[in-house]
Amino acid sequence: MTAPLARTPLHAFHAAHGARLVPFAGWEMPVQYTGIIEEHLAVRRAAGLFDVSHMGECRVTGPDAAAFLDRVMTNAMAGIPVGMARYTILCQPDGGCVDDLIVYRLGAEEFLICLNASNAAKDIAWLRSQAEGDRVTIADECARWAQLALQGPEADAILGPLTDAPLAALRRFGFATATVAGAAGCLVSRTGYTGSPGFEIYLPAGSATAVAEALLAAGKPRGLLLAGLGARDSLRLEAGYPLYGHEISETISPIQAGLGWAVKFAKGEFVGRAALLRQHEAGPASKVALFSLSDRRIARQGTPVMAGERKVGEVLSGTLSPLLNKPIGTALVEAAALGGRLEVDLRGHRVALELAPGPFVK
Amino acid sequence: MSNVPDSLRYTAEHEWVRLEADGTATIGITDHAQAALGDVTFVDLPKAGASFAAGATFGAVESVKAASDLYCPVAATVIEANEALNATPDLVNREPYGGAWMIKVRLADPSSVSGLLDAAAYRKLL
Repeated sequence: MTAPLARTPLHAFHAAHGARLVPFAGWEMPVQYTGIIEEHLAVRRAAGLFDVSHMGECRVTGPDAAAFLDRVMTNAMAGIPVGMARYTILCQPDGGCVDDLIVYRLGAEEFLICLNASNAAKDIAWLRSQAEGDRVTIADECARWAQLALQGPEADAILGPLTDAPLAALRRFGFATATVAGAAGCLVSRTGYTGSPGFEIYLPAGSATAVAEALLAAGKPRGLLLAGLGARDSLRLEAGYPLYGHEISETISPIQAGLGWAVKFAKGEFVGRAALLRQHEAGPASKVALFSLSDRRIARQGTPVMAGERKVGEVLSGTLSPLLNKPIGTALVEAAALGGRLEVDLRGHRVALELAPGPFVK
Repeated sequence: MSNVPDSLRYTAEHEWVRLEADGTATIGITDHAQAALGDVTFVDLPKAGASFAAGATFGAVESVKAASDLYCPVAATVIEANEALNATPDLVNREPYGGAWMIKVRLADPSSVSGLLDAAAYRKLL
């Protein structure tokens, strides 16, 4: 028995625009419309519009909301100014990740949290289990919101005429409540998961189709394409962004994943602090590394990473970088092996792993 | 909808076979197969002289999202593999029945091709 797949408010929109729909995290989602590489390059050069309504949302309110989030999350939450968002990780006591999140500060005592689709129910249950004694309310808003990601260098020019949000005043990770294409009560945020500039737009589920059609019509003359989860994955990997279940997971900590910048030991006690501090001070036994290959073959998840005849790691994510026109990926590799010569074993064919000093796009 | 030329023979695994005038055969993957794979990034083909039983894996085709084995529709020996696919694997998406042929083969049994699906039978599978 498999549960029926959930559908976003844009399901009919996708069908009408030729999407290929696939199961993803319990949702029926567009993997592509015209082609992953074409959609990827449209985002880098012009713009792409993604339906990311499968992402979950919850609202945390109450006098203890800021202190509570500081205690359950790794990043510094109490200091987020109203109108700004911050990336953070929700950790287990052993330092493994429950999820990674974007937290929006709506008011002194009010936060909206964006959750990964596959983790939304788990995250909300986890937050509630951690909130005993705190004066907070944790409201599940997953069904209330649709989400669109408008990404690419043309995003400002496309969205500007359609919204009253002060786009020029929005810094990276800034957001505003606004009307978009006639739909009131949207949240427009200068954030994204592609490595290109752009926005994420949270909108009332009932407005999703009209807003998507308006953005598509406004964007087409500027080179906008509808883009699916396939391009979203290759874009985020070029940008070096982690994906839950790949670069971070219940067994891969933020320290291992190179996300130490989002772990603030100085703020005091938080869930996972002791375990993460031990890893930080001693150095983790294995680390996530970003790599490219001088080959045409993609090293996919599970591909062994070898140092000579010894397996020292495994690929976590792999795709073709349309920008570099060669395979890229991430691997979890024994820290001690990272200085030496590494290869991936592609069904018996060895290819040298070229470690990247940083993301492939800035 | 997918293009399925009447002049070719097919397998349920989405390879096509064209019997040539000189008794050799040419093998590739169908329009339906290339569309299902999406952007093809790599094609792994055998060297001339390699022999394959019917149904044996003769290579692999990779796209951004997936890797898929290629199955030899009939028992055959490779005469030539399509070198153009090394540099331009995306030909598979653009010309699945033309420039993106994969191997030319000598058939172990020339009559074996007639045992494959005709266009009408293959269309019913799609």
